[in-house]
Amino acid sequence: MIDRSWIGRELGQAVLPIEAGRLKFFAKSIGEANPIYSDEAAARAAGYAALPAPPTFLFAASLDSGVVFQMLEEMQVPIGKILHGEQAFEYLAPIVAGDVITVRSKVSNIYDKKNGALEFIEIVQEAENQDGVRVAEIRNITVVRN
Amino acid sequence: MAKAEEVRVGDRLPELVLAPIRRETLALFAGASGDHNPIHIDLDFARRAGMPDVFAHGMLSMAWLGRLLTDWAPQAQLRRFSVRFLGITHLGNAITCAGEVVETLEINGERCARLEISSRNQFGQTKIVGEALIALA
Repeated sequence: MIDRSWIGRELGQAVLPIEAGRLKFFAKSIGEANPIYSDEAAARAAGYAALPAPPTFLFAASLDSGVVFQMLEEMQVPIGKILHGEQAFEYLAPIVAGDVITVRSKVSNIYDKKNGALEFIEIVQEAENQDGVRVAEIRNITVVRN
Repeated sequence: MAKAEEVRVGDRLPELVLAPIRRETLALFAGASGDHNPIHIDLDFARRAGMPDVFAHGMLSMAWLGRLLTDWAPQAQLRRFSVRFLGITHLGNAITCAGEVVETLEINGERCARLEISSRNQFGQTKIVGEALIALA
């Protein structure tokens, strides 16, 4: 069982530069063919300041910081035993190439079902850009198969 | 693309039909997404963890649902996007993403459409259900 004293704990702050090359690679990996996600001129013509980050990209980028995997390691949760339970984004402002996003993460809840056979770790994250503008709120539930 | 004045409850989004998932799909997504959990790309690791094979990242399927939404309305109009993963998406699964307008409502002075979205494989098994809120500019 995961130590419930983790509930409420802040995880490390992650600073994520949003890079155009990474956005193009991400778009390719999900089969996104709309040119606004890979061609700067098309993005600008569509009203974006630069290539926009697709709706789920922030989750991807936040993994780079390693804070979640580090948390799992400290909780002694084997990485082979986790599944993704839920994921939610609330979008407050666009994120585009060149932005530097800071993500703050907190463990908001831990609970179990089926007599502990499954445990659920809920994390909430707030993301803001280099100008201090809040760009997204994120909620994530990881399921642990015990 | 959705035109605000034409959006009605019951409207269905054009479905997004994906090719069957290959190992290559998962290798590329692991690199691009930063999710390097070996359970998705290393068969030996997956077997040691008690799984018969590697399986798809949930966030790959959510990204496909994101494409369904941004094909229908510009991303700048997307306000909320949430999903629940119901089952593992396996290699060889050919995923179809679907969505339907279930409500139109006003939030913070903006007219919005609430959509129910889902992804299913070629056997009709639902893998993800979720919701999106899209501003109708």
